[in-house]
Amino acid sequence: MSPIDRGFAAVVYGGSVLFALLIVGLFVELVLGSWPSLKAFGPSFIWHSAWDPVANKFGALPMIYGTVVTSLIAIVLAAFVGIMAAVFLADFAPRWIATPLSFLIELLAAVPSVVYGLWGLFVLAPLVRTAIGPALQHVLGWTPLFSGPIYGVGLLTGGIILALMIVPTVTAISREVIAAIPRDLREASMALGSTHWETATRVVLPAARIGIFGACVLGLGRALGETIAVTMVIGNRPEISASLFAPSYTLASVIANEFTEATTSLYISALIELGLILFLVSIVVNALARLMIWRVRGSRA
Amino acid sequence: MTAAPPTIAPAGGALATDDLSAYYGTLEAVGNVSIAFRRKSVTALIGPSGCGKTTLLRCLNRLHELTFDACVSGRVLLEDCDIYEWGMDPMAIRRRIGMVFQRPNPFPTLSILDNAVACGGRRLNRRAKIEVAERALRAAALWDEVKDKLTRSPLQLSGGQQQRLCIARAVAAEPEVLLMDEPTASLDPIATAVIEELMARLAERFTIVAVTHNMQQAARVSDVTAFMLADADGTGRLIEVDDTAKLFTKPSDPRTEDYITGRFG
Repeated sequence: MSPIDRGFAAVVYGGSVLFALLIVGLFVELVLGSWPSLKAFGPSFIWHSAWDPVANKFGALPMIYGTVVTSLIAIVLAAFVGIMAAVFLADFAPRWIATPLSFLIELLAAVPSVVYGLWGLFVLAPLVRTAIGPALQHVLGWTPLFSGPIYGVGLLTGGIILALMIVPTVTAISREVIAAIPRDLREASMALGSTHWETATRVVLPAARIGIFGACVLGLGRALGETIAVTMVIGNRPEISASLFAPSYTLASVIANEFTEATTSLYISALIELGLILFLVSIVVNALARLMIWRVRGSRA
Repeated sequence: MTAAPPTIAPAGGALATDDLSAYYGTLEAVGNVSIAFRRKSVTALIGPSGCGKTTLLRCLNRLHELTFDACVSGRVLLEDCDIYEWGMDPMAIRRRIGMVFQRPNPFPTLSILDNAVACGGRRLNRRAKIEVAERALRAAALWDEVKDKLTRSPLQLSGGQQQRLCIARAVAAEPEVLLMDEPTASLDPIATAVIEELMARLAERFTIVAVTHNMQQAARVSDVTAFMLADADGTGRLIEVDDTAKLFTKPSDPRTEDYITGRFG
């Protein structure tokens, strides 16, 4: 290798090592920052539900609950809508519809989340309070999930906002995965006298299922970490209640909301530990999703 | 499809085109082809790449129209009934005209058994399924090789076995016509020989139309050969149809002779 090549190799090598160092550094910094809290509460931090900064009692359970529930609502809604949209775009829509529509859907991902938050606060929350909530309660009010007073802000509203924000991701990646299914396979199904619908549901979707699952998990990863839009519509109350109409809190939103008012060092380190939990969960979920999508793309290449 | 498919081979299988043209947008890929395929025989479609033979084949079971911007004019007659007539159900047509593709394309998420009965077999119980599958797999000369692994994935089979599974899948629907688009193009010589032998046997039950780019294969397996050639505009024309023996020994058109003697294509 010539000296120039060697220098170049060193630069690109260094650049890529930097990323690995960044992740490790972030992790180390989070652990150091949350050390007082880790020492004070130990693993019980995860399952204690009291969050009382005045009394110096900190437990992450309400935020973990809020994060998991809003993300689950989001992924259920977004998966259904996103997969249907992806099937439509990849297999049914004529090109003059599919191209602009995919572009539009991908644009949705570029809308700043604070704008979603504003919209959620001024449009969606009142809508949930006056229309969606009462309607759900009318039909499903007998279950604890949809009982109790409807504030407008709460788990359901947070979940719907998140669904809107991740549906572009789910749709775009599912569409790509579905489009990668060989044309042969669709034609084989059509040539046997199947309808388009049978071909999509029995041949194309099953063949694409791993990649679509990956798309959903990637969407889930986004939903877990999304901060500002959720903070604006979740109600910000560290409580666990069965009702989806009740206000709640998520890991990300409590950090965003309370960091400026955290006065004691234990308070700050408890918030950082929440960040550590979120970091670990996000990394694992995203890694899983990437692995699944890679596996599908790899086998088709 | 109802529970028990008929056990006797259907009598039909008369297939013909009448002034058939096929288009991709404004490009006329096949122009004014009129040909009557001989019943219960193998007709080979030969010609150089881009002569429209595959497009012609895909018009015969209304698969061509699934391509973006594609359309067809003229008629395709199955038992004197125009399959392009307004109101004809393309799904029903495709169940009467089976197709085998260039690359083996079993459904990867279904078992070998479910692949064999993919056409309408979903509502059958397991015993009926195995019955239908056995008949189809025997017809495709694959039963003995897979009877002990019916629940396995078809992707574990060799290319030739996969292709015979695809033939079984098409045969299970009890069609009258079997279209084959270069069915051995991706197979090794031994697997090719097995498929060719199979084609001769299947011709006792079905009218077979097979596209092939391999003239030796056309000469070996077909009763009738049709030669196609693209004109200056890229439109595929039918040049000559004749008994295979005659077309390869005494072609009546000089362009056919040029092609089969290897002067072009």
